[in-house]
Amino acid sequence: MRRDGFGAARLAFFALLTLAVMLVCVCVGSVSLPLAETAKTIVRAALGRETSGMTASIVLRVRLPRVLCTALTGASLSLCGAAMQGLLRNPLADGSTLGVSSGASLGAVTAILFGVTLPGLPVGGTMAMAMLFAFLSLCLLLALALALDRTLATGTIILIGVVFSMFVSALLSLLVTFAGERLRTVTFWTMGSMASASYSSALTLSVALLACGGALFSQSRALDAFALGEERALHLGVNVRRVKLTVMIAVCALIGVCVSIGGGIGFVGLVTPHMARRLVGASHRRLLPACLFGGAVFLLLSDLAARTLLSPLELPVGVVTSLIGAVAFVAILLRGRGEAAE
Amino acid sequence: MNLTAKDIRVRAGGKEIVRGASFALTDGDWLMIVGPNGAGKTTLVRALCGGVPCEGEATIDGEALSAMRPALRARRVGLLDQQTGVTYAFSVEEVVRLGRYAYRGGAFGRGDADGERLVEEALHATGLYDKRRQSMLTLSGGERQRAFLAQALCQDPSVLILDEPGNHLDLAYQRQLYALLDDWRRRPGKAVISVMHDLALARRYGTRVLLMERGAGSFGTPREVLTREALSRAFGMDVCAWMRDVYGAWEA
Repeated sequence: MRRDGFGAARLAFFALLTLAVMLVCVCVGSVSLPLAETAKTIVRAALGRETSGMTASIVLRVRLPRVLCTALTGASLSLCGAAMQGLLRNPLADGSTLGVSSGASLGAVTAILFGVTLPGLPVGGTMAMAMLFAFLSLCLLLALALALDRTLATGTIILIGVVFSMFVSALLSLLVTFAGERLRTVTFWTMGSMASASYSSALTLSVALLACGGALFSQSRALDAFALGEERALHLGVNVRRVKLTVMIAVCALIGVCVSIGGGIGFVGLVTPHMARRLVGASHRRLLPACLFGGAVFLLLSDLAARTLLSPLELPVGVVTSLIGAVAFVAILLRGRGEAAE
Repeated sequence: MNLTAKDIRVRAGGKEIVRGASFALTDGDWLMIVGPNGAGKTTLVRALCGGVPCEGEATIDGEALSAMRPALRARRVGLLDQQTGVTYAFSVEEVVRLGRYAYRGGAFGRGDADGERLVEEALHATGLYDKRRQSMLTLSGGERQRAFLAQALCQDPSVLILDEPGNHLDLAYQRQLYALLDDWRRRPGKAVISVMHDLALARRYGTRVLLMERGAGSFGTPREVLTREALSRAFGMDVCAWMRDVYGAWEA
């Protein structure tokens, strides 16, 4: 019988692909850098050796932290999308379509506006509020969806998510408008940008991804069962309440961290799991690792396009992901209708 | 194995859907739950497996089913419901293997020594071994029903509960299914409960019958429960006369 794990060969392929794309993204930009020299600079810096010159400065101070943050954000958002799609049995579920990202943005903006901080952690208050608002948004959305349609039909959830997202975005715009110079632009909170990435942000993202990603990976079999329906999962022996809470908390925490660092980047969690399923199948034991790498690659390439397409002008990365995401959304809808008709 | 249900009651939307169903099963029993539409048959079996909250007491070997951890309960009772819808392209063997969830837990759960053998046996028993790598989305309704049956079989519970298991299956597979379940319930420590519409099959295979009528149930052997008067009262028609009319034509 075939085993259902991710496999070492697949892991090596995906990891090498991600590293290669990361390297290309460090090299390409307003100033193009030679591949070999860039790689050498990164290796020297990683080994703690001295680096100097223009290339080292661009690579280590500007591009590398951005590329690291972008890869980690893409991996995180994609993982969250795959987990939510399994939990809700809904291929259109994603932080952006459900309004969770907007909720997190609202939380972050509220924290900045009202000066919510955690002792010893300058950005901790913003992140904590982003996580809290993301969780509250998801709870509110599910409560509304349950009240309207107990079957939690795909269409109902997405419809409520879109309305909820628009409502929260309106609140967000209102807050940002009244806050004046104290907050970043509405565009940052709704479309995202990786321009202000730093090594400390990358470290925060790594810790969040390790903790929340680990929690999600530990539920991969339960997510398979959920993908067949919540009641069937219960009959198969899944502790439905515990799994639901674990996944929801992990997803909201991860989205909260991503939003407070890179803003509201939409559709990453919709596009990548959809593509990953085509490559590795539907089992979450393979899907989650594939999304981890796939999400990183997708956001890296989107960010590369955002900063090079109209150079020297830089687009918000969410513009690129949303353009691709909207097409993917329609494709998934059409595919779903095709399968239903068969 | 002894399964006892005492005065099970289920309320939903201010209405009492199941109004006091009681029965007792032991090794080798096959309980047929029969009755007209809306009598509360499906709700009763969902309540037994924890799918809907209920009053009353359902115990297996003296342990309350409602107090059991989900994984432990899944090892004692398994439910094959009428849902055969699949959203994602899981392979047949992935779906069947999920039947072993209660034995190996999450991604980092310990190994399940019997798991792969039982998965393989269930795939063979349901005639899906050759299609085990195929996507569930490419299967017909009947094949999906068989895949979920294989999942329930490899779950290997003490009591296997099936809600209208013959749905979507052609006659040959129905015969195979009932023969398979008849063999299965004769294994030590096993029993079957099925919700049935076909009274002829209920009479042929059932060792016990629960006739549901507007939420209430009368329990006993098929001979005791499936009487002309009780069936006429439950279904609002002369069931025996109609059965003779339909099946009599096949005698020649």
